Amino acid sequence: MNLEVVVVTLIKAAIIILGLLTGFAYMTLFERKVQARMQQRPGPNRVGPFGLLQPLADGLKLFFKSSAEPAGRDHLLYLAAPMLSVMAALATFAIIPVSGPGYITILGHNIGWYVMNANIGILWYFAVTSIGVYGIFLAGWSSNSKYSLLGALRSSAQMISYEMALGLSLVPVFILAGSFRLVDIVNAQNKWWFVIPLLPAFILYMIAGIAETNRAPFDLPEAETELVAGYHTEYSGMRFALFFMAEYINMITVSSIATVVFLGGWWGPFGVLPGPWWFLIKVVVLLYVYVWLRASLPRMRYDRLMQLGWKSLLPLSLLMMMATGVVVVAAQR
Amino acid sequence: MSIREVLEGPLYIVRALATTFKHNARPRVTIEYPERQKVVPPRHRGRHILHRYADGLEKCVGCELCAIACPVGCIVVEAAENTPERRVSPGERYAKRYEINLLRCIYCGMCEEACPYDAITMGPRYDLADDHPDKFIAVKEDLLEPLQASLGDTARPSAAPSAQAEPRKW
Repeated sequence: MNLEVVVVTLIKAAIIILGLLTGFAYMTLFERKVQARMQQRPGPNRVGPFGLLQPLADGLKLFFKSSAEPAGRDHLLYLAAPMLSVMAALATFAIIPVSGPGYITILGHNIGWYVMNANIGILWYFAVTSIGVYGIFLAGWSSNSKYSLLGALRSSAQMISYEMALGLSLVPVFILAGSFRLVDIVNAQNKWWFVIPLLPAFILYMIAGIAETNRAPFDLPEAETELVAGYHTEYSGMRFALFFMAEYINMITVSSIATVVFLGGWWGPFGVLPGPWWFLIKVVVLLYVYVWLRASLPRMRYDRLMQLGWKSLLPLSLLMMMATGVVVVAAQR
Repeated sequence: MSIREVLEGPLYIVRALATTFKHNARPRVTIEYPERQKVVPPRHRGRHILHRYADGLEKCVGCELCAIACPVGCIVVEAAENTPERRVSPGERYAKRYEINLLRCIYCGMCEEACPYDAITMGPRYDLADDHPDKFIAVKEDLLEPLQASLGDTARPSAAPSAQAEPRKW
């Protein structure tokens, strides 16, 4: 590994992290604005034109808030948990190719549109989101509070259950594309986006993805209206904001993976826009769906949530996997 | 879970999504508060107004009945004699000093009922927030009607704020 690769990767990582943090900030505004519109309200519109500086004001407020800490906490884990969550959320984005095909050439260097093009590709995504569960569970455990601990158990159980369906719903894509590399998967969608032959898998993936990121209607971990938060009950100020950040970045990541894997990534019809724009448009549309669902659907009951995960999504994604395999093998004969 | 529920479930979800999406097209119901305000009922008991006669003379004669009627004692009136050179009200005396502590006031309207000349009424303003307790002592200049506003001369509060922008006075 030479120096050039290291420097280029570091610069790309910095750009991605800054982009994601900005994306997180404006995702909060986007969510509030879209929901407000659906509820016939104007939404935040006082700070800056159209409330565009609202995320900045929120961020400043959270930075200057004092952080209350519970007595009897496990201090090291208490500090590490939110960082772990954010780290996992940020690291997932490394494999996502924002545009392509090929490279951009800057000062004679060929630079790919991704931080890394690992051959394990999407397995990295599953592995790193699993680490995110540790952040949540350690937060609940180290807070020395029974409510946090129970909330953490609830969230962990939910995330682990839906990870199965999330992973299995992507298997048909690997069968069709024949690769784990996201760049290869997108290139395989040159003519047909995978959402067309694999629509059921796409729907399964989105449901599991929404549950995986603890969003409405599966937002039991932080059911604002009935339970007092969950694993982050004892967190305040910037440390709480880190959990918030992890949640929103995970939303962006789930949408990006769906874009890359099902919606043809940077490929757009008619070739009217350059690749990154298509990618951005698709991600924003999926994020709009996220917010739209939150504005529309009531929260699920916990036992129903588990039933849906284990008794419906898991068998259905296995079925989808088998059906895809059978069709592909039959087509090869 | 019956087969029917499984088949109908997605339909309900789609209908929920359609309902929220339809609301995008509806008008906003929010009134942008400090700039725009709701129309209040005609007898709304908001911030007090001291009235004038049509010729511009003040109705208040400094009798202090409002201060006596006030259950929380938030009104201070200090009267002075009218002189031929300086006539402020048609009566013998006028209110030299008229102050209401708006934080202490309970907006009961007793002062309005006690007043023999309909000089003080409860007005329509309710945007009374401020950042320091001292700013809630409304003095006579704050409460008095502007000169032109009294030309209609009734006991009703003049210039009722509708849903239109109105500058803050203090």
